[in-house]
Amino acid sequence: MLFEQILFFIAGFGAIAGALGVAMLRNPFFSVLALVSHLIALAVLFLLLRADFLAAAQVVVYAGAVMVLYVFVVAYVGDSDAPLRATDDGLVKAFGPLAALAIFLEITFAVVGSSLSGLGGRGPDVDARYGSPEAIGDLLLTKFLLPFEAASFLLLLAAVGAVVLARKRRGLEDLDAPGGVAG
Amino acid sequence: MDTSWYVVLSAFIFCIGAAGVMTRRSPLVVLLCLELMLNAGNLALIAFSRMLGNGEGQIFALIVVVVAACEVVIGLGIIVGMFRRRLPIDVDQMNELRG
Repeated sequence: MLFEQILFFIAGFGAIAGALGVAMLRNPFFSVLALVSHLIALAVLFLLLRADFLAAAQVVVYAGAVMVLYVFVVAYVGDSDAPLRATDDGLVKAFGPLAALAIFLEITFAVVGSSLSGLGGRGPDVDARYGSPEAIGDLLLTKFLLPFEAASFLLLLAAVGAVVLARKRRGLEDLDAPGGVAG
Repeated sequence: MDTSWYVVLSAFIFCIGAAGVMTRRSPLVVLLCLELMLNAGNLALIAFSRMLGNGEGQIFALIVVVVAACEVVIGLGIIVGMFRRRLPIDVDQMNELRG
């Protein structure tokens, strides 16, 4: 019990630090690295919540594959941070964090002030099968078969869409500066 | 730990992501902050799933991960397209969809 609390606070502070790093670091590459640490801290929290399969998927799919994609694009687009502060808009800069703080206070009051009885406890005791790949697969292929198929179709659409968006278009070359070849 | 701790932590991460989306100008960082918001939602879903003691919230979270992956792929494709056409990589100057 005590061990669980210590682990929760360590992982929670890690997740918050990673999130702040993503939102505040100037270099996009460091933002990506901060997001990786944030995702790993979140995976620890998932483990505390007995979501074993999701924690593994989080590390492998998110912190592994998706972040590699981000690193590639950051390396491709390059240092795009230099001109970003040329036209600073003070009002928006001040308003954004204030609005976010307002949302946080609102959600916190709504959650803590709600009379949801389960919020004060840890939830019922669950057996070892809870959150295992077996249980997830069982639910995915029986009760949630339609969302599962929809998700696979969505992935196919996204793959096709990415190829269409990023391919080299014919006829684009003469729109560019003379001698400039797209891509 | 009580479920409310997880939900408040999730709300906090969500708001950091929202602040990032509202203040940053590079679309890459905006996408990263969107990831933060989606992950905060995932944390809340899994916490509520644990609170109820059935695994259905975890399926929700898994589908959210799939949608987030699709969103990343399309968003990064758009950014690469912007870069190739030498458009400014800045969300404030990006106000038309005409390809």
